[in-house]
Amino acid sequence: MAVPILKQGPYLIASVQSALTDAELLELRNALVLMVGKYRSRGVIVDVTAMDVMDSFASRTLRDIAHMIRLRGAETVIVGIQPEVAFTMVQLGLTLEGVATALDLEEGLTFLDRGVKKLGGHVGASG
Amino acid sequence: MKEETRVSIQSDHDIVTARQRGRTLAQQLGFSNSNLTVIATAISELARNILLYAKKGELTLGIIENNGRQGLSVVARDQGPGIPDINRAMDVGYSTSGSLGLGLPGVRRLMDEFEIVSRVGKGTTVTTAKWKP
Repeated sequence: MAVPILKQGPYLIASVQSALTDAELLELRNALVLMVGKYRSRGVIVDVTAMDVMDSFASRTLRDIAHMIRLRGAETVIVGIQPEVAFTMVQLGLTLEGVATALDLEEGLTFLDRGVKKLGGHVGASG
Repeated sequence: MKEETRVSIQSDHDIVTARQRGRTLAQQLGFSNSNLTVIATAISELARNILLYAKKGELTLGIIENNGRQGLSVVARDQGPGIPDINRAMDVGYSTSGSLGLGLPGVRRLMDEFEIVSRVGKGTTVTTAKWKP
């Protein structure tokens, strides 16, 4: 597994450590969808601080992860999108609509602790 | 073109290799951090397009100059099936592969220069460049 997934209390924390291939992104998606059931997790944090590129495939896979995890009954929050990455994503039209994001791991944990049920009103619209 | 790097695109690992090479070259040219990300992302989309539609191809990265201004050129070339309707391929949201359809129009937005030549049955060449501000 290219991305270590840590169980912390009711949450799973996946920390992307380096650039990921498409296959590794899909592997992360599949692992999280399984583990959220295995550990009966309430929330998932995907930390993308180390990702220097978020192209259409990575963006779509993260969105898929968030939607699949929600269907499994838990919440996902993507944390650590870097300023340059955000800049490029918007230019590409990748907005991760319907997906919760937070500045960093700490904010992500706070978000999940609040138990916010952010129902993405525009699920599947784009990005 | 003064200097050229060729990256063969045949697997998803090659996508990562290509964008890392592009980033390094752009860094040497002195592009800003946000432009490094822009260039690496455009390379990623171009390389994935090759993989998705032509299975294999080649990316050429080069340093270019025009009136003392430096830039980075990125050329994606494949001998794949070609694109029958380029105008449609450039429509945001249009995709024959089940992707988001943001690939080529996205690249056009990210780069300063963008030209696409495609012949059905022969292949596709996408020539792009980013100039230093």
